Amino acid sequence: MPPTVRLEVSRYRPEQEDKPAFQTYEVPFRDDWVVLDALNHVKDQMDGSLSFRWSCRMGVCGSCGMMVNGRPKLTCAAFLSEHLPGPIRVEPLNYFPIIRDLIVDITDFLEKLKKVRPWIVRDQVLPLEKGEYRQTPEQLDVYRQFSQCINCMLCYAACPVVGLEPEFVGPAAIALAQRYNLDSRDDGAKQRLKILSDHAGIWGCTFVGECTQVCPKHVDPAGAIQQYKLAGAVDMLKSFLMPWGTR
Amino acid sequence: MTSPAPYTPYHPRWYRRRMSVWWWLKDRAYVKFVLRELTSVFVAFFAFLYLWQLRAVTEGPDAYARFLARLQTPFFLTVDIVALAFVLFHTITWFNLTPTAMVVRVRGKRVPGWIVAGSNYLVWVVVSAIVAWIFTRGLP
Repeated sequence: MPPTVRLEVSRYRPEQEDKPAFQTYEVPFRDDWVVLDALNHVKDQMDGSLSFRWSCRMGVCGSCGMMVNGRPKLTCAAFLSEHLPGPIRVEPLNYFPIIRDLIVDITDFLEKLKKVRPWIVRDQVLPLEKGEYRQTPEQLDVYRQFSQCINCMLCYAACPVVGLEPEFVGPAAIALAQRYNLDSRDDGAKQRLKILSDHAGIWGCTFVGECTQVCPKHVDPAGAIQQYKLAGAVDMLKSFLMPWGTR
Repeated sequence: MTSPAPYTPYHPRWYRRRMSVWWWLKDRAYVKFVLRELTSVFVAFFAFLYLWQLRAVTEGPDAYARFLARLQTPFFLTVDIVALAFVLFHTITWFNLTPTAMVVRVRGKRVPGWIVAGSNYLVWVVVSAIVAWIFTRGLP
């Protein structure tokens, strides 16, 4: 008999249950299997009613984020072998409302993302015949790290402020705002600071730092937010000392 | 989290989890964070202690002697040791976090984190040495 590992999967079927409960599945253990493979095995071979999101299986799409043994992880990158001897607990991402089983409602995150204007804002849009907005490798290097975000929302599930303060814009969205602030082609930093310079924005962050720890793309949202705070504080000081210098 | 999406027949009920007041005990990183936040109380304690000392100095030698005697009671010695431990924890954790918050670039290249953090320690040692020199220079 091949060795197996026990999965404890959080189930919530709103037409059947009032609140989530764990269901146990004994799945084959394979060295090259990740938690997502095990979930797909359950779905295909054992219980077709299990619902979860996934797509690319290689850490690019950002849709298979779940809590694995209490830590937010991309299940396509969480090897079963790293969680032995089991049981392995799989739950939906923390703090988001659960729609069904392992699927959460991300509407709130998408609204927040839109709010920070994560696109290139120009004071003057150049006509097409002027060509593209060019950038040196050094200018790219300044924001490259923050541009690697795949919107997997693991950082939201790791952030206690997100859980405690529903209004908090959150790590990924602020990191993305900072990504555009640092872009040499962008002129939107002032607009974004106006949106983010309050308790729901950068000042809501208490620098727990777990967002950076769980980020599968090494974006370092905690760094982005602290650097944003520093820029915000300098800006505030400037407008206080030199009121004529700011608009 | 709030959800502006309306209820539909296909999504009969979202389940919203409540956050336990003991959330910070669930992970060692959260415990460390809460302890780091708590250190600010002890930083404030030292600030008040110095204010109290200043007041004693202005009230003359007798008052200052009384102040020093009070600091040597077992109660204050214990509180001081605990507070010192927390303030050291405060200083070291924040120094180690400075490279995250500060990006220093020299000729377009980012200065490595250990130099940013290390410069804090260097300033700390230099300032401590100056303070020690000021206080010990009158001693035989």
